[in-house]
Amino acid sequence: MSFWNDPLKVAADWLMGIFTGWGMPELAANILIGFLGVLILISILMVLDIFLVWVERKVVSRFQDRIGPNRVGPFGLIQPFADIIKLLIKEDTTPGGADRVVYNLAPMLSMMSVLILWAVVPIAPTILGVDINIGVLYIVAAGAIGTLSIIMAGWSSNNKFATIGAFRQVAVMISFEIPMLAMMLIPTILAGSMGTSQIIEQQSVWYFFLSPLGALVFLIAAIAELGRAPFDMAEGESELVSGYNIEYSGMKFGMFYAGELLHAFTFGGFWSIMFFGGYRFFGLEQVSPFLAIAILVFKAFLGYWLIMWVRYTLLRIRIDHMLAFNWKFLTPLAFTLIIVTAFMNALLSGTSTWLYISGMFLSNVLIAWIALEIARSYSRKEREKIQGPKPVVEAAHH
Amino acid sequence: MNPWIFVGLFFVVGLIIPVSAIVVAAILNPKKSNPIKKTTYECGIETVGESWIQFKAQYYIFALVFLIFDVETVFLFPWAIKLGQLGMFAVLEGIVFILILVAGLVYTWRKGMLEWA
Repeated sequence: MSFWNDPLKVAADWLMGIFTGWGMPELAANILIGFLGVLILISILMVLDIFLVWVERKVVSRFQDRIGPNRVGPFGLIQPFADIIKLLIKEDTTPGGADRVVYNLAPMLSMMSVLILWAVVPIAPTILGVDINIGVLYIVAAGAIGTLSIIMAGWSSNNKFATIGAFRQVAVMISFEIPMLAMMLIPTILAGSMGTSQIIEQQSVWYFFLSPLGALVFLIAAIAELGRAPFDMAEGESELVSGYNIEYSGMKFGMFYAGELLHAFTFGGFWSIMFFGGYRFFGLEQVSPFLAIAILVFKAFLGYWLIMWVRYTLLRIRIDHMLAFNWKFLTPLAFTLIIVTAFMNALLSGTSTWLYISGMFLSNVLIAWIALEIARSYSRKEREKIQGPKPVVEAAHH
Repeated sequence: MNPWIFVGLFFVVGLIIPVSAIVVAAILNPKKSNPIKKTTYECGIETVGESWIQFKAQYYIFALVFLIFDVETVFLFPWAIKLGQLGMFAVLEGIVFILILVAGLVYTWRKGMLEWA
């Protein structure tokens, strides 16, 4: 067992030898080692977060036909560090009528809700924060803290824009949590476990091929959960200026901003864990844990890039359309999908692998087609209500 | 060792990092506050009336619908885990359970509660 095969265990054993050598009780040594491990992981995440600021700005620039930051350092790589220095020495104003305790707590909770998500992310076969058997529910519970931080920020700012932004954001988050939670049921059904590492272990076939529609609905719901465009009603610049974080400045605003970026990246990671096999890639993950980490980060970046692509391509949707889209389309679709997945899974579980995969895949495609046809005929009816029936082509009569 | 100790450690470290960043900023930043700066931002106009406004009743309805479905989905997770071992009967039972709750959504829809009035 060398360091390159199982770095976490080797390092933990080495530290354990040192700490017990100092006469420390085993439990205290274990907790101290865990603390150091968590500190290292979260520090790496914070550095990654700084890098994400650069990635986001560079990518949005390319989508909008600009160059983006390119003055500070090579390719503008040092730009986020300059931003951090600016945030640190910027005056921090608190509105006079604000509820100070809640106001100061909100940005911290916003960042924390993202960082604690990484407790259940399996980074490599042997590197995992905690292997709890309710990993999927833990993700949702941690997301609820993020929702709470937005309510706290919006309410405590004592600002009308912030309050309205918080209302909207919470309405969107709780609405889209239903399809997201429902789509987390699909990997749970297929893997027979809620633990994130178990879900990856069971994915000899990527669940994307068993449930492509599930992956798509999960991505849409996740984008809404993140509060990103086209679902960023809480921050609608043209009407709410900045939404729930309008009164924040300096590092407190920085925490909201950095938290949002890391949240998007983390959900790219979860998307790849649930539907694209996480760190698995044709057995390459067995070669070295470091290769497994690289595979997971690559897949997470692909998911994150897709989220950015959606953000900078689509226009913002009005709040009533957004809630109607969720409750009248996405939620019924999600529950239909669960019913069909559970049924087809039980029906085809004894048959050959190819029949199983193609049956699951085709049933998903069929549901997607039916759902789109229903939506299309409904919108045609709505259009005719406003514009009158479509005029018959004249040429047919002559 | 109990795995939840690690979850607790994530909570502690996850709170220490943002707190330390904000504290460092609080030490370094200039403090030149005045009453004008501390007014509520409203595009240059002074705030009229209370900022803690009443919220639209529609949000409350959506929260109620959410509550039903959230609890339902949590109940579905144990069913989903054991589905592979329980066979077709459990699948049909679960489908009946989902359909009963979808009936609740249909009722809400027909009542017009999902419209943004």
